[in-house]
This record gives sequence, C-alpha cells and structure tokens, in this order.
Amino acid sequence: MSGIVVIGAGQAGASLVARLRGVGYGGQLTLIGAEPVPPYQRPPLSKAYLKGDMDPERLFVRPKNFYADNGIDLRLGQWVSDIDPAAKTLKVGGDVLAYSQLALTTGSIPRRLPARIGGSLGGVYVMRGLADIDAMAPEFVEGRRLLIVGGGYVGLEAAAVATSLGLEVTLIEAAPRILQRVASAATADYFRKLHTDHGVRVLESTKLDHLLGDDRVRAAVLADGREIAADFVLVGVGVDPATALAETAGLKVENGIWTDALGRTSDPSIWAAGDCASFPHSSGRMRLESVGHAIDHAECVAQNMVGTGMTYVAKPWFWSDQYDTKLQIAGLNSGYDQVVERLGQGGSASVWYFGGKRLLAVDAMNDPRAYMVGKRIIEAGQTVQPNLVRDPTTDLRTLAPSAIGSS
Amino acid sequence: MPKITYIEHGGKEHVVEVTAGLTVMEGARDNGIPGIEADCGGACACSTCHVYVDPAWMDLLPAKEPMEEDMLDFAYAPDPLRSRLTCQIKVTDALDGLVVQMPEKQI
Repeated sequence: MSGIVVIGAGQAGASLVARLRGVGYGGQLTLIGAEPVPPYQRPPLSKAYLKGDMDPERLFVRPKNFYADNGIDLRLGQWVSDIDPAAKTLKVGGDVLAYSQLALTTGSIPRRLPARIGGSLGGVYVMRGLADIDAMAPEFVEGRRLLIVGGGYVGLEAAAVATSLGLEVTLIEAAPRILQRVASAATADYFRKLHTDHGVRVLESTKLDHLLGDDRVRAAVLADGREIAADFVLVGVGVDPATALAETAGLKVENGIWTDALGRTSDPSIWAAGDCASFPHSSGRMRLESVGHAIDHAECVAQNMVGTGMTYVAKPWFWSDQYDTKLQIAGLNSGYDQVVERLGQGGSASVWYFGGKRLLAVDAMNDPRAYMVGKRIIEAGQTVQPNLVRDPTTDLRTLAPSAIGSS
Repeated sequence: MPKITYIEHGGKEHVVEVTAGLTVMEGARDNGIPGIEADCGGACACSTCHVYVDPAWMDLLPAKEPMEEDMLDFAYAPDPLRSRLTCQIKVTDALDGLVVQMPEKQI
C-alpha cells in the first residue's frame, strides 16, 4: 500500500494536495507538517496578524475539515527523519511510510544571528512561523524599543507595525541602503522616507557587531563601537531553502532542491515545489520566495505527478503592506540596466525596470494600475517605451496589451 | 447566519451560510467553492477573487475603494456595473441572500 506523500504543510503543500484531489487523483494521500497547525497563510504574519488585527482562524488556507473530507491524511507536528529513495520509504513519528511518489514542499528557514554574537539571547526573534509571531507579539507594547536587524521587506513590515503600535524602532542595514538586494535605489528612497516620516530611525551602512545581554538582550553593539539600547530584537536577514532532508536523501541541491522544468528532482519519484526548490528559467536557474509562486509551482507539480507534463513558467509577483502604502511588484528585476520613475496622483508612484529594451519588473506604490499594466505587459512577453512610462500625461491603460480582459 | 449563493461559471450553484464579519471570499474558501482563488489571501493585491454581483445587490455593498476599482479594471472580463473583489466585501446580516457569479477564469 503506497500513494503520494507530501512533506511540508505550508502554502505549497496545501496547494499541492488540493490540486491533486482537484485533478482526480484518488489514491492514498498524506501531508506531513512539522508545525502543530494546519497549513496557514504566512503573508499576514508580518502585517495584520502581528498587529493583532486578524483572528488566527482566518489564517488557515483551508477549513480544518477540508483534509479529512478529501481523504487527505494530515499529520501535524511530525518531522520526517529519513527518506530512503531506493526503498521508497520515509520515517515519520516512529512510522515507516511507503510512497509511490513523494513531493517536498519544505519551504525556507530564516537566517539567525550566530549564538557567539548573541543570537540565542532571550528577546531575539525571527519572523517565519505562527509560533514566532505568537512568541514576539507580547513584546509589541507602546514605548518599548525594538531593534530590527535587516532592511528587507520583513524588517520594514515589522517596523511599520511596531511604529503604528507606538514602539520606538531602530532599523539597521549593513548594506549601503535598505532593499539593496531586491529593489532599485528609487524604491528604497520611497520606503526610507515613508519610514523616517513615521519616526523609524533607519541606519544604513550600519553593521551589527554583537548583541549584549545576560539572559535577555539589552543592547546592540555596532561595528563602529556605537551602542543601541533595545528591549527586543527582530532579525530579518533573509531565508535559506530547507534542503537538509533532500541532501540526506542524496538529491541534487543547487540553490534549493534541484528540479527540472516539470518540478521533478534528480530522483524520478521525488518532486519539489515552492521556496525550497530551484527550477530552470530562461536566464539559468531560479528560486523564488513568494506565496504566488508557492501556489503556482505546487499546482503545476501536482498536475505533473499525475502525468500532465506541464512546463512551469513563473509569473513572479509580490506585495507588501507598510502603513497606508501597498507595494505591488510585478516581474523580477534581476539584470536591470535602466530604471524609470513615474509619479502618480496622491503620493502614488511606480518604478519600472528595464533590461535593454525589455520591461523586466514594476514596483508600484499605491498604484495598482501601474502594477496591473506592468504585469500584463511582462506576462505577454511585450515591452513598453520608457519615455511613455515617464510621461505623467500617459494613460497607463493604453499601454496594456490589447488582449486584456479577453485572453 | 447570512446565506450567500455562489454560482460557478458553468452554472453550478452553492448556497452556504457565512458568518457575519468574514468576507465573501472567505465564505467561498471555507466552503471549498471553486472559482475564487484569492492568491493573496484577501489583501486586495491580486484580483483573483473577482465575481459578478447581481445588480440588485450592488447598492447594498460597501463602496469600492480606488484600489479595488483599479485592480478590477484588469481582472478577467470585468463589468463596471457588476464586478467586485470578494475579499473587499464583508458579510453582514443585510447581505443575507446575496448572489455572486464567478467569471470564466481568474487572472
């Protein structure tokens, strides 16, 4: 007796099992998760949920009875210790499970500060799972001092929540500017101003040396010797793909679990999807950390596990909520050589990234029209003249591919 | 609890009770109704929870924010008189009997 086993009960795992049932897979289906709760949405964790504006029940990707109703054996709070690809078995919670096909949707793991510089002191947090948020939420009390290490989207979202709740926030970024790895200087300028206007102290080119404290953190010492007092610290310095299980199973790992265009790993019976997997892309290999990708990749892999033979084509998009600003990002800006800024009405703005003549990505701040037009152009494989984008009199809707709404 | 009728593009009807306070999108998600994807989980960030609302109900719904209006312009086959994003419609007792219809697809 064997069927499909899916390891990792996050967004990708949930989307994968739902799609398998949706396409009529009627065999045995097991979804194994290390966390004690059913699959939930992560994006609200650093936004509405952290702020206390969202009931935990509303985070769940599917209602709790969905899994039983659909004949999915949901095993929560269980770790898979071992995969034997030759025998097609794995060990979980004292059981040995056989599989005919296996999917890894293990996600990613937040980077922590090393213990030798204070990373394991009390009051030092990372933001990844529900348990992380539930542990740090009581610290978000008006008047307390929060130090955020890392000026990426997670750090910035947390800064926005903390400031809104009346905390005193300092954010340090080792690189010359915030969002260095993921966005242009123009986008970083927009968000730096947004945060400083709300009272966040943003310190760029500022490297942490170590954290001070006995049991609990009480201050940070910077590389230049300055000391910043803090009641608690949030570390937001990126994530790494969760590949440990794949490595012990002898699967090929290359910036994540290596998969082909269908999502199959180097073992023909094992698949991978979402944050943990790298996949072929026009300009080499790629790995994406986003909920949109987790859903799409997992659904594609589900189809391929039942033999559809569908090549995965990523349509990257992201969003972030900070104060009253909604950032929406279409495409991926890697390799850009030109940036065009466009100012919209009422403080909205967008940043358009070009590589040669090709539109690669758009960052839209409170400008859904710029986001949607950019997304449609990129997905249609078309481009747009930079001067038209820059011209504030251009009606963006006229730039959208003509097939819009009817394709 | 308010009853909401969701009609799939193919015509299949689902009549379900949705707790007041949840959104029309969450009502579909929690009842496993296909045709409303809501990839962003209700953040008004993606336009994949688009529906057509029976015109008789449009006036009873909360007004569209500019953000939703702009997102709808680029949803699949939008109808200026009937299109809404279900993540932006909170269910209230006044919406008991609401009927929404799904488009052919979500993009």
